[in-house]
Amino acid sequence: MIENRPWLTVFAHVVLIFGVVLIAFPIWVTFVASTHDAPTMLRSPIPLLPGSHLIENYSLVLTEGFAQAARTPLWKVLFNSLVMALGVCIGKIAISIIAAYAIVYFRFPFRMTAFWLIFMTLMLPVEVRIVPTYKVVADFNMLNSYAGLIIPLIASATATFLFRQFFLSVPDELTEAARVDGAGPLRFFRDILLPMSRTSIAALFVIQFIYGWNQYLWPLLITTKEEFYTVVMTLSRQANVVDGVPQWNLIMTVGMLAMLPPVLVVIFMQRQFVRGLVETEK
Amino acid sequence: MHKRVTFDDKLLPYMLLAPQLFITVAFFLWPSGQAIWQSLVIEDAFGGNTRFVWFANFERLFSDSAYWASARITIFFSLMVTLVGLSIALLLAVMADRTIRGATAYKAFLVWPYAVAPAVAGVLWGFLFNPRVGIFAYWLERFGIEWNHQLNGSQALWLVIFAACWNQISYNFLFFLAGLQSIPKSLIEAAAIDGAGPGRRFWTIMFPLLSPTGFYLLVVNIIYAFFGTFGVVDALTKGGPGADTTILVFKVYNDGFRGSDFGGSAAQSVVLMLVVMVLTIVQFRFIERRVHY
Repeated sequence: MIENRPWLTVFAHVVLIFGVVLIAFPIWVTFVASTHDAPTMLRSPIPLLPGSHLIENYSLVLTEGFAQAARTPLWKVLFNSLVMALGVCIGKIAISIIAAYAIVYFRFPFRMTAFWLIFMTLMLPVEVRIVPTYKVVADFNMLNSYAGLIIPLIASATATFLFRQFFLSVPDELTEAARVDGAGPLRFFRDILLPMSRTSIAALFVIQFIYGWNQYLWPLLITTKEEFYTVVMTLSRQANVVDGVPQWNLIMTVGMLAMLPPVLVVIFMQRQFVRGLVETEK
Repeated sequence: MHKRVTFDDKLLPYMLLAPQLFITVAFFLWPSGQAIWQSLVIEDAFGGNTRFVWFANFERLFSDSAYWASARITIFFSLMVTLVGLSIALLLAVMADRTIRGATAYKAFLVWPYAVAPAVAGVLWGFLFNPRVGIFAYWLERFGIEWNHQLNGSQALWLVIFAACWNQISYNFLFFLAGLQSIPKSLIEAAAIDGAGPGRRFWTIMFPLLSPTGFYLLVVNIIYAFFGTFGVVDALTKGGPGADTTILVFKVYNDGFRGSDFGGSAAQSVVLMLVVMVLTIVQFRFIERRVHY
């Protein structure tokens, strides 16, 4: 603190509290809605304090699902999301770390070509090549499968760059020492580089888990069977049913369950999260 | 930058690169090439003949008033998401930077929205403003404002903007806070000794020193508004009412996937590819420069 200005400190806290309330309010309302019964949620104004139907709503949604858009029990849908999120984040880390290793620790023809090819993926988000990518996945027979949900998303320029940056900062003496001791490239990678990359891997894991869990357009394109729906798209479908009275208490229960895993990851791994956020942007 | 010490192996590096390159080529480069090719040809209704037509698809696209309407909406939307989002995040970051002890506690609450999927954010905000049961819609009505984003186009657009800003606020906040905390305290102390008050210190020292972060966030937010907000729009308004919230990425999806206009959708894809390329190059050129600061 440079100087003592009590009124300014108070003002800062007021602004921050107002900000936090505004940011947290949508999540609070979602939680409250998931604890009431359906008729309560159709009478405006809706309550702002939790009700008594929490366990009832969550167990109904998890074990039976509810009609209108999809009747799959939500635990199956959550399982799909989990498979997709873990598949995407582990896949990204695995193929990026070995690609970065090849680019940094070897000299070979077309090294820079490979680097630039990977770089180009940054400029080609799914949104700009929707139809042809769908066709490729269809040609590989990967529609309605976990492979189709995961594999096309795991190319990652940011992860490759992050590992490249980290490998470049590893002292050459380590490599020399390993070579003198007779370690080959694979041994050096497994016994020295991989353990040293732990913190980078953890940071990437958090960011990519959230990325994988929150995918929306991609599962929307390539899944037509309910058994492969993810929770985010299930929520959007249920919130947009045209006919019938929306069961807001159950829809918001799905909303809570769709938010919970990534929010928990952010809360409990906040250090890695912030680190990952800052580092993937270099 | 290159390593001095490397390994010699003819085959191994290619094997290590193979998975990444295979996915890059099969699912990124090849489809993009396809999009460019499709934007230059016209296919029969039955998919039989393809005819190379040069830029006819683009001419058709650029003479389509619906496309220009969508482009205008996208530009307004992106500007607002960027300006509103960055202003609020900067305000919160400056305040959090002032309160030394409180900063971590506030930070813990402000990072949540990052973990919420854009589509989920869309559903949440749609519920808050739902004309029948939404709590905000109810409050607005008590102030005499009738809210119905399912019928009123400009209300729908603003709602999508709010939801998109909310979703991106954590990211902007964390980068601004990191930027503020990296400003040397000695500079601010020197200014304070010279008699500059908090406001003056902010505008003459902190704000200029924060400009690299701000510019970086500007580009990232424009990219986000253009490409990352599909989920918000699809879950909240489906591009409606009418086409009042049909931003360009939503239009590509709608025309290509729902409407089956492949040539037109491909031409739109190519235009968006150019946009994202320019933005990415700006972003990276800028980061290279920032290293020398």
